[in-house]
Amino acid sequence: MLFEALTLQLGYNATLVAIGAMLLGISAGATGTFLFLRKRALVSDAISHATLPGIGLAFIVMVWLGMDGRSLPGLLIGSALSAWIGLLCVQWLTGGTRLSEDSAIGAVLSVFFGAGIVLLTVIQGMSAGRQAGLDSLLLGSTAGMLFSDAVLIAGGGALVLMLTLLLRRPMSLVAFDSDFAAASGLNVQRIDLATMGLVLAVTVVGLKIVGLILIVALLIIPPVTARFWTERTEHVWLIAGALGGASGYIGAAISASAPALPTGPIIVLVAFAFFAVSLLFSPARGVLSSVLRHRQYQRRVHLRQGLLALAQGQPIYEGYTLRLLQREGLARPDGVATGDGQARAAKALLDEKRWEILRGLQAHEATAARYDGLTGLETILTEDQLRDLDTRIAAPREIAP
Amino acid sequence: MTALNLATQNGLRPEAAEIATSPLAIRGLTVSYGEKPAIFSVDMTIRPGSMTAIIGPNGAGKSTLLKAALGIIRPLSGQTTVFGRPLDTQRARIAYVPQRASVDWDFPTTVLDVVLMGLYRELGLLRLVRSSHRKTAIDALQRVGMADFADRQIGQLSGGQQQRVFLARALAQGADLYLLDEPFAGVDAATEKAIIAVLKSLKAVGKTVVAVHHDLATVEQYFDHAFLINVRPVAEGTVAEAFTAESLQAAYGGRLATAQIDRLSQAG
Repeated sequence: MLFEALTLQLGYNATLVAIGAMLLGISAGATGTFLFLRKRALVSDAISHATLPGIGLAFIVMVWLGMDGRSLPGLLIGSALSAWIGLLCVQWLTGGTRLSEDSAIGAVLSVFFGAGIVLLTVIQGMSAGRQAGLDSLLLGSTAGMLFSDAVLIAGGGALVLMLTLLLRRPMSLVAFDSDFAAASGLNVQRIDLATMGLVLAVTVVGLKIVGLILIVALLIIPPVTARFWTERTEHVWLIAGALGGASGYIGAAISASAPALPTGPIIVLVAFAFFAVSLLFSPARGVLSSVLRHRQYQRRVHLRQGLLALAQGQPIYEGYTLRLLQREGLARPDGVATGDGQARAAKALLDEKRWEILRGLQAHEATAARYDGLTGLETILTEDQLRDLDTRIAAPREIAP
Repeated sequence: MTALNLATQNGLRPEAAEIATSPLAIRGLTVSYGEKPAIFSVDMTIRPGSMTAIIGPNGAGKSTLLKAALGIIRPLSGQTTVFGRPLDTQRARIAYVPQRASVDWDFPTTVLDVVLMGLYRELGLLRLVRSSHRKTAIDALQRVGMADFADRQIGQLSGGQQQRVFLARALAQGADLYLLDEPFAGVDAATEKAIIAVLKSLKAVGKTVVAVHHDLATVEQYFDHAFLINVRPVAEGTVAEAFTAESLQAAYGGRLATAQIDRLSQAG
């Protein structure tokens, strides 16, 4: 069943939803990247919750005008307007009062969401509202999606993606160094507003599929995941777009493969799966690799300390050091160096002496900065330089076992 | 000076003529956070081709002065002219080096990409980064001794290296006026030497350099002009004119021991 869903063989509606969700995911991932880099991820939460009163009001107005209150374009326009007002409230509370942005977000988010819920309750009591199903916009629902809805979502997603790509340069510049951007003549406030406008557009477009409560996840999780795999802005948004698209597609397919699986939450869980894998296994920034790196570093430190102790005939107290030396065949269980161990120990001590001399020499200032107690000097200096250093070592170079 | 003569010939008052030729002229600049002014009614006229140190105690408004002059923060009052023209028409001739600590160095970007940001005005929204742009950036990195680091992630740099990358970004802009906010803060001795050498080479080709500076001991060695500020402007002129015992006393008040002031002002 899942295989059929993933290969778009599950019928017209499921195919429509999967493609729409994929486009939404791509644009959410790419747009969310700049929100994430600007460190204003939570503003999107305020924006999305602020859509709710607009949805309610749009429904009431459309019913008043004798139209179908459930018409998606109408609902999206209403939600965009109220989200925009919510965004302006956050901006004003942050810039015009002493409130910090997180408090402003908290205030706007809860007040707008509360007002929206009240409106939905009112609508439930209206005769036209019984079957409105507006609460499906909270968590997204794709059952009975119309072709025109899918076109709207796909087209909206594509438009947002294009605008994001167009503005990516100023948005990254502002995100990295807003003072420099301002000095270069960029209007930082306007760029920020544009970023938020794009986020708002993604939110509104995503209402039908992901719902307003979880859209923030689709904006933030993909760029955070992408960050584990690259150190370049250009690659962050590319990877985030790809991950968002994959999450949308796979999530929609999974939810179509079984009855009553909600689309939005499944998409978010798929995105989270990518995140979890990256968090654990990313080679540069992942948890596993950093644990391994730390272990390896610890091992090198112990080995070096052990060798230096052997060279100077000092006792080794730490069990781990001793075990390491034994495992490498450098020492016997009683802590006495083997032949191999003696040679390595002498070399380590010589290296230590060389470093000691070098770090006192002005001419080697740049090299001295690379001292970490582990790196062998012979990997950094030339033969001649080493010989020069050795002539400065007054102490005898032969180390007795 | 021909521009100055020209301006006087056109019947401008001497002060107006000075403003018309100054790379950075500020009049009546006031910035306030809340109701307490950070800088109050500051006039400053930077001489063409000079190297000016902006000096003052902590909280004197040195960084604020630069930011407000560039419109990075909105002043309460006052105006800036750059080369005698409105600021916004002259952005391409200004290079600004913010404080190193003002950005997040874990940002996903490379040294080369940071320097390429200096070419933003040229690249705009869509123009592709060509090899000529890359060459400009690499050349700028070369001048600060960081060309080998072009592909590094910026988080791997030391403080001094970060500062040099910021300077390279400014150099890539090819500006005529360089404004630096505490370029020597928290950098190693080698970097300080490298930076001052670059700044002096800029001055040598007629560029103007203005830097917020916190180390009073090196003012005379590094700069030829000084601007002392403590919320209000205190003194302005060549280092010999402005960097005196009286003006230091006025700017720093009780914060510097008299003996220190004597030592500093006698050195010159």
